[in-house]
Amino acid sequence: MWGELITGDTNIVEEGRDFVEEYVLGSANEWDEQGRIPLTIVDALAERGFLGATTPTDFGGRGLDQVSFGLLTEEIGRGCSSLRSLLTVHTSIVSETLVRWGTEEQQRRWLPPLAKGETIAAFCLSEPGVGSDAKSVTTHYRESDDGYVITGSKKWTTFGQIAGLFLVVATDGDDLSTFLVESEREGVEARPIPGLLGTRASMLSEVVFDECEIPDDHLLGRRGFGWEQIVNTALANGRYSVAWGSVGIARASLDASVEYADERRQFGVPIKEHQLVKRKIARMVARLKAARHLCLHAGALRDRRSANAVIQTNVAKYYASKVAVECAREAVQIHGAQGCHPNSAVQRYFRDAKVMEIIEGTSEIQELVIGTYAFKNLRALLDAQ
Amino acid sequence: MEIRQAVREWVEQRIGSDVEFADDDDIFELGLVNSLFALELVLFIEEEFQVTVENEDLFLGNFNTLENLEDFVRKKLAA
Repeated sequence: MWGELITGDTNIVEEGRDFVEEYVLGSANEWDEQGRIPLTIVDALAERGFLGATTPTDFGGRGLDQVSFGLLTEEIGRGCSSLRSLLTVHTSIVSETLVRWGTEEQQRRWLPPLAKGETIAAFCLSEPGVGSDAKSVTTHYRESDDGYVITGSKKWTTFGQIAGLFLVVATDGDDLSTFLVESEREGVEARPIPGLLGTRASMLSEVVFDECEIPDDHLLGRRGFGWEQIVNTALANGRYSVAWGSVGIARASLDASVEYADERRQFGVPIKEHQLVKRKIARMVARLKAARHLCLHAGALRDRRSANAVIQTNVAKYYASKVAVECAREAVQIHGAQGCHPNSAVQRYFRDAKVMEIIEGTSEIQELVIGTYAFKNLRALLDAQ
Repeated sequence: MEIRQAVREWVEQRIGSDVEFADDDDIFELGLVNSLFALELVLFIEEEFQVTVENEDLFLGNFNTLENLEDFVRKKLAA
């Protein structure tokens, strides 16, 4: 279907779909209730090479292009948003940033175990007092004889409970730098944060660094360029993943709604015969397709390494996350009371979708960024090729 | 197209064509760029001139003025 847009592994969508059918659809609600993804599922994801999907083959990855990876992310996101969030932090945010800016030595050391899923990676940016204003992190680093010492608390770290490697953003009081920190190091403690509204199985944690010492070769990127170089790259990668994951939620919501409206009878006919249900479905179809095309556009630009990819990814994430919320809300409405029951997947989609409007830049931050860009260069925003 | 002119046109597109700045003005100090600008600028340089920006290239003196950007691109192309 998307053949002409895909330059890499065209079997990946089928592989992702098969994986979701076999491992995810029947269990995602249970994972959501339990607040965790079984490690056997993480292993299964790794065995298929999905965790190293975009990592170059030289480092044990599959070397996928961005469009193909986006379509895979949609498939995983269709099955379980928590599992998709593993791809977001591990593959998009940490691995891809390491591919882009890691030294050769760092890449040789870290990328193979990350690609194989032997080590899970997580991103430590947000803090108890720092969210959208992410440049204001208070986690501190100082130089030591052999490297650096990090102290501070990070919060909302996705898959922090099972991560073996953290990408940590810290300040020296003037500028930000980023560091690769193994979870097993002395002075690192991950504390689970249970019971969130959505993506409940993404094993969030607070991560505390208490005088944690790391060697100087654990600095990722140029010292003092942590924000401009590493955080921006990581968040752009993450935003692209979240955009596709949002499409996945919208797709799952639409699939469930069409199936249920075909089966459910009211007033003597299947509810699909009611015009207002048709209208809901039509709106979901149009919005889903629009969101997916924004993602495909952003993906094609990312594959070309175009500067326009950055703002187009913001647009895709902004719109797709809203579409996910709208489609999930309508899915619950179509399902009625059944859609509010824990056994129903659509109540999970509804909760998971809301998270997408918050992570990797809230919708309000996206509106500020996109709106400001429009006043400076509307033509480029609309006509980017 | 000349390197400097190509960079100028891109920067003007990005920060607004109504903004006047000289070739030796620090574009990061104009107060008109957001946090994404640096990432976009690196991508633009790489795409437009088919060079790869490395870790060691990343210091402000390579990117802060049109003059410095032109020098940087010339050095990368010559390397």
